[in-house]
Amino acid sequence: MNLRAIQAIYVYEMKRFLRTLMESLLSPVISTSLYFVVFGSAIGSRIDQIEGVSYGSFIVPGLIMLTIITQGISNASFGIYFPKFIGTIYELHSAPINFLEIVIGYVGAAATKSLMIGVVILVTAGFFVDLEIMHPGPMLAFLVLTCLSFSLFGFIIGIWAENFQQLQIIPLLVITPLVFLGGSFYSISMLPPIWQTVSYFNPVVYLISGFRWSFFGLADVPLGLSLLAIAAFTGLCLTIIWLIFKTGYRIKS
Amino acid sequence: MKPMVEVENLRKIYGDGFEALKGTSLTIEEGEILALLGPNGAGKTTLISALCGITTPSGGHALIGGHDVVREYRAARSIVGLVPQEIALEPFEKVINTVRFSRGLFGKAPDAALTERILRQLSLWDKRNSRTRELSGGMKRRVLIAKALIHEPRVLFLDEPTAGVDVELRRDMWEVVRGLKAQGVTIILTTHYIEEAEAIADRVAVINKGEILLVEDKTALMRRMGRKTLRIDLAAPIDAVPAALADYNLELAPDGDALSYHYDTRGQDGTGITRLLQALAEAGLTLSDLHTTQSSLEEIFVGLVRDQEEETA
Repeated sequence: MNLRAIQAIYVYEMKRFLRTLMESLLSPVISTSLYFVVFGSAIGSRIDQIEGVSYGSFIVPGLIMLTIITQGISNASFGIYFPKFIGTIYELHSAPINFLEIVIGYVGAAATKSLMIGVVILVTAGFFVDLEIMHPGPMLAFLVLTCLSFSLFGFIIGIWAENFQQLQIIPLLVITPLVFLGGSFYSISMLPPIWQTVSYFNPVVYLISGFRWSFFGLADVPLGLSLLAIAAFTGLCLTIIWLIFKTGYRIKS
Repeated sequence: MKPMVEVENLRKIYGDGFEALKGTSLTIEEGEILALLGPNGAGKTTLISALCGITTPSGGHALIGGHDVVREYRAARSIVGLVPQEIALEPFEKVINTVRFSRGLFGKAPDAALTERILRQLSLWDKRNSRTRELSGGMKRRVLIAKALIHEPRVLFLDEPTAGVDVELRRDMWEVVRGLKAQGVTIILTTHYIEEAEAIADRVAVINKGEILLVEDKTALMRRMGRKTLRIDLAAPIDAVPAALADYNLELAPDGDALSYHYDTRGQDGTGITRLLQALAEAGLTLSDLHTTQSSLEEIFVGLVRDQEEETA
């Protein structure tokens, strides 16, 4: 293991993040605040409590998930795509490091960034609504695992993408709809039965449900299934990463 | 001297079927400077890319410092520095950070004194806190060199290091290269400037269409360059070279109106021109004109490339 190389990549990526700290943190904070104003106050005041939780509090876990999923993907995909785009990837190829070390460096930094943003949103949410976290341990575990798995996923997109359009297309066409329709802003039980059934095919439902359970003890799906879903998704991403490593797909000519 | 870089039958076929390296073999001794000379698209960059890990060879093998570049890539790459042909730098990063990053990638602890020395040597110290996008093209190239040197490589690849750079940088670069050679670093540089090969290389390898056409000591090449040809135009055509002139190995032009005499300006016994001219007069030949021509490295190079193209045609 070339630990110094992992450290070098990690620190370099974090510095890139810190250079744009204000933009990186400000935009999620502002958009979260807007969601609270729109959904929490304007619309939320007309929505009844959901199983004893005020609507404003109810959407907090979903909002955090929405942000860390999109941030994890965009940070990691951009992190590895940018060197490919500007040509500095030559350095990674010619250094005495392997693909796994590159993945740890880039994905580790991207996951750290989205975790930081997640925590900032949680704190921001605390200014708007009363928050009580029923199961802090599992909450943290869900948070960290989601940051990691979606950063892995973003890394894969960054490797696959050959232009900026491809970099955007999966987050835009697949991930954002899945997250919005995954119960970020509502409980699946509020849907007509047919759409409830459709929702169970959306993997993000399981993530948000599990995460929300760690806050309020409320879940749309059994907790075990949520854990299985996040484990399966992480496993899938790791398998794809391993395949990329074995075949050299889109890394080397 | 032991070999530092050993390339054996190295092949590279790209996905589109283009064969960029056709079984290239080459041995480079420790501490020597080899100039890899060839026209655009000859396979120079592909060869360097295959040795440095940028592209995976399709066949054959290569060792650097005795380590296979594919199977023992960590050991092989840890002693290699690469200055790529294209300028590629993270535009928003500070010079000193990008240089430190390179050292980290090679698994080495930060070394402030070394970093300062290398940056000073490349006249980058004053610019160390500038973002790389604020630098001129020549300065950016210096940064690439600093990044390649910061992990103290034993083998340095310079891919077209002086393409499009100013005279000052070229001179600085040659100075750096000589300094590295003095430390025993092996240097491989690709170029299509023959003067560059003449100025700093110990040996010259000529590559074209993925094949090494020649590897020769620069001095031996220079000696070949010392050869000149004297063309003697005759006032009246002749049918054959007179027997009295047989010792001079003269070539008669097809029209019979000119003779060519090959000689070496650095020859031990002089050029023989005075004796030849006397002998010509004694043979009763009247001369109408004289020209001398010299074969330059450029001509040798162009000749080799042309021969190869005629062979494959």
